[in-house]
Amino acid sequence: MVTPRTASLESIAPAAGREEIVRTIDVVKEYRVGDQVLRALKGVNVTIYRGEYISIMGPSGSGKSTLFNAIGGLDKPTSGKVFIDEVDVAQLDALELAWLRCRKIGYIFQTFNLITVMTALENVALPMIFAGLSEADAREKAKAILERVELGHRIYNKPSQLSGGQQQRVAIARAFANDPAIILADEPTGNLDLNTGKAIIALLKRMNREQGATVISATHDLKMLDVSDRIFWIRDGMVEKIQNRAEVVIDAGEMH
Amino acid sequence: MAELISSGTGRGAVGRQVRLPLRQALAIALRSLKLRLARSVLTFLTITMAMAFLVDVWITNALDPTVRNAILIQRHIPVVVAVRRTREIWLVVLSLLVCMVGISNAMLINVMERFREIGTMKCLGALNSFILKLFLLESLGLGVLGTLAGLLFGLAVAMAVALNHFGAVFWTLAPWGALAGILPACLAIGPAITVLAALYPAWKAACMEPVAAMRVEV
Ligand SMILES: Nc1ncnc2c1ncn2[C@@H]1O[C@H](COP(=O)(O)OP(=O)(O)O)[C@@H](O)[C@H]1O
Ligand SMILES: [Mg+2]
Repeated sequence: MVTPRTASLESIAPAAGREEIVRTIDVVKEYRVGDQVLRALKGVNVTIYRGEYISIMGPSGSGKSTLFNAIGGLDKPTSGKVFIDEVDVAQLDALELAWLRCRKIGYIFQTFNLITVMTALENVALPMIFAGLSEADAREKAKAILERVELGHRIYNKPSQLSGGQQQRVAIARAFANDPAIILADEPTGNLDLNTGKAIIALLKRMNREQGATVISATHDLKMLDVSDRIFWIRDGMVEKIQNRAEVVIDAGEMH
Repeated sequence: MAELISSGTGRGAVGRQVRLPLRQALAIALRSLKLRLARSVLTFLTITMAMAFLVDVWITNALDPTVRNAILIQRHIPVVVAVRRTREIWLVVLSLLVCMVGISNAMLINVMERFREIGTMKCLGALNSFILKLFLLESLGLGVLGTLAGLLFGLAVAMAVALNHFGAVFWTLAPWGALAGILPACLAIGPAITVLAALYPAWKAACMEPVAAMRVEV
């Protein structure tokens, strides 16, 4: 359900002069399955600006995760280019890529992906230790971030002792550990019930506003529309249309 | 930003990243061993038994002829040159090989099971070397523990058998100096074998792509 919004919410158009943070140029991704070639992305051109909250919406199998991987430097596109902060990701060597993943981008997954043998605190501290912080500093900062996601009382719990929603909060805290410029989330609410999902979306939005991080979330969860500045509708490996939040409200009726 | 990635800041951070998280790797490795307790215990026992066999055969081979000859000389009976027990050496080498294959397989299963964890760590900025360390440390930990247990066990068996065979006179006739050399050698061989066995699985883990974090199927 998409609730109509009042005009008081300003529509955030990508005004000229805003700082670009991600740009994809003709990104094509082909998967070879046996002797078949499957084109998962068929030339994606998008530009994302610093501080935006972007939803990549589309049905299952439309290529959202594939785009997520390309933008996140997790997988090389078959052709085309991905620029992050004006750096061509394809030009980076292994060490620079590790650095990019560590400092520039925070990842959030549908399956939470916490390290099972580590406590919430250690999970959040781990990327900071990879970034070169001392263990004491990392733990102190991790504690502060966990308090911000309202898990200050569960920092010594292992993932198995936490609910799905709590695990995703830890994952969000971990994604923000190194103050990344970009947060990439793939179906962050996919494994959560309605209310927990809503709370996670609200938390992502709050962190987006407070930290100024650009949030890019692949999802087919319509609850996400409410908080998105822009929505990329993707179908069959192509961007079908790009809408501001205000436009979505007008169209909301069509979606059912 | 282009400068930032290629500048000293980025390189410096990467440099620190390589050295610092050894303690972290050790902590994760130990807890992973505990999490997969049954498999860890099985691997541990394999190493223990193989090392006990090695120690027992080695000590017995060093001790048996020496003590026997000493007894013969004491009783003024001419000494016959002892036959080397090559068959036992074959068996020991074979058991060590089987042990290596066992460790290697257990580690491979381990790596396959933990694809998501490995991929996630890579997304968090772990370098290949960190992942490599993680699995080598895990294997090394088992290797050291298994070797220590195997040493004690093998030593006890060899001593008990010798004592039973020769009687109390064994205590004065045994070549203690030579025996003392065997233990450190085994202490090196055991962990070396386990680390060697883990090299391929650990390397496979280190080469895993970060997209593995996204894979849903097991
Ligand atoms: N590793 C892969 N190998 C082969 N085909 C893949 C792989 N990953 C995704 N695909 C295919 O690419 C298409 C897009 O998948 P994906 O990006 O995961 O979609 P979404 O995340 O929108 O559900 C699908 O048809 C899927 O089957
Ligand atoms: Mg997907």
